[in-house]
Amino acid sequence: MTVYGGHDVPGRLITVEGIDGSGKSTQLALLQKWLEAQDYGTFLSDWNSSALVREATRRGKKKRMLTPMTFSLIHATDFADRTERHIIPPLKAGALVLADRYVYTAFARDVARGVNPCWVRNLYRFAVKPTIAFYFRISVDDAMRRIVGGRDAISYYEAGMDQHLSTDVNESFRLFQGAVIEQYDRMVDEFGLVVIDASRSIEEQQMRMRETVITALSGVRKSRIRQWVDSNVTAKACRP
Amino acid sequence: MGRFERYGQGLPAVDAGELKGRLVVVEGADGVGRSTHIGLLREWLESHGHAVLDTGMTRSALAGKSLKAAKEGHTLGGLTMSLFYATDFADRLENEVIPALRAGFVVLTDRYVYSLMARAVIRGADADWVQGVYDFALIPDVVVYLRVSVEDLTTRVVQTAGFNYWESGMDLRLGEDMFDSFVEYQRRLLAHLDTMAGQYGFHVVDTSSSVEAVSERIKRIIAPLLVSA
Repeated sequence: MTVYGGHDVPGRLITVEGIDGSGKSTQLALLQKWLEAQDYGTFLSDWNSSALVREATRRGKKKRMLTPMTFSLIHATDFADRTERHIIPPLKAGALVLADRYVYTAFARDVARGVNPCWVRNLYRFAVKPTIAFYFRISVDDAMRRIVGGRDAISYYEAGMDQHLSTDVNESFRLFQGAVIEQYDRMVDEFGLVVIDASRSIEEQQMRMRETVITALSGVRKSRIRQWVDSNVTAKACRP
Repeated sequence: MGRFERYGQGLPAVDAGELKGRLVVVEGADGVGRSTHIGLLREWLESHGHAVLDTGMTRSALAGKSLKAAKEGHTLGGLTMSLFYATDFADRLENEVIPALRAGFVVLTDRYVYSLMARAVIRGADADWVQGVYDFALIPDVVVYLRVSVEDLTTRVVQTAGFNYWESGMDLRLGEDMFDSFVEYQRRLLAHLDTMAGQYGFHVVDTSSSVEAVSERIKRIIAPLLVSA
């Protein structure tokens, strides 16, 4: 078993983190476009994307069966499948793997739910250490403004409703995501996260990302194949 | 400080001190007769007025079905399988085992973290990693380890369920065919369980005698636990 920091692969792993509404997925998509325009082979990997595990996660969330421990373990199972299938093989093949959410999501959320921080860090020890891990920092209020306008509703677990912080979804989201942000902020030094101020303009943030990524690209093989076709990418729209 | 202890950090929001029941684990190889003995034990316990809950791998409401479905395919990786089992275990521990212990039941569990840890290690996981993953488990009152030799096990499996893909460790392909792989896989599992027997204080029960004799031996091990249950 190769552990965090111990994988020796020719590819590069770039991850984005941040609470919902931080704009990280938009930024990752723009980064991917830019990399592809330069003929780099990229591979996008989403959180909660394992075909084997998705059904159990969906049921657990829908029926609200998840406790902090099973929430943590089911996401780790999903992540293990992603790692074994969609992260390590493309990295070994020399691709640029772009991950929308990574282990830090689990560390932040699970610890905010009361799971022991050391336990959850051990749980994910099999993860590949990212070449660059971006963290899109935003205030809860700014994040809420973006979500409330843009989507149907805030989901039960996303709002931390299982934590019974408040019966009001918006208030619960504010409290729970506030605790998640606190965990992210603590991890900046622990894991060397690259902080992007998500209150800046989209263009400014993207500029900052590209400046950082360019330093990690020397020696990466360019490939004419535009994108690795994967069912995950198309299945994204169906995810719960 | 409660009667129940944990190997490590423990579950958030569970006070082990309020658990009044008894946790009895039956461990052993595939096909050693665990379910037969659990059935006999259940009857015996119930006839003596003890409420019994029995549980075992892949029976969780959360992950059981999906885990079985994943095992039907050929794409389940070692780490993913280990963590899927851990999810199934945690769901049963929190939603079945702990509530039953709180209510004063005798919980009979067909396997526990020990088999799961052994399987994960055989599939390449670090032992300290997997111990860390399972350190939220409650320490059982007793672990009955049904011991069998690989030779006896092979004879028994041929006569009953036959060789199964996962019980033969075919994902690891430890031999030229299913029989060879079964023998090698079970040999490795037994070696791990034998080591754990000392480490975790299992009660080792030799299964080469008759079912009745083995059952009597198991009852004698469990009887002292029931005095104040």
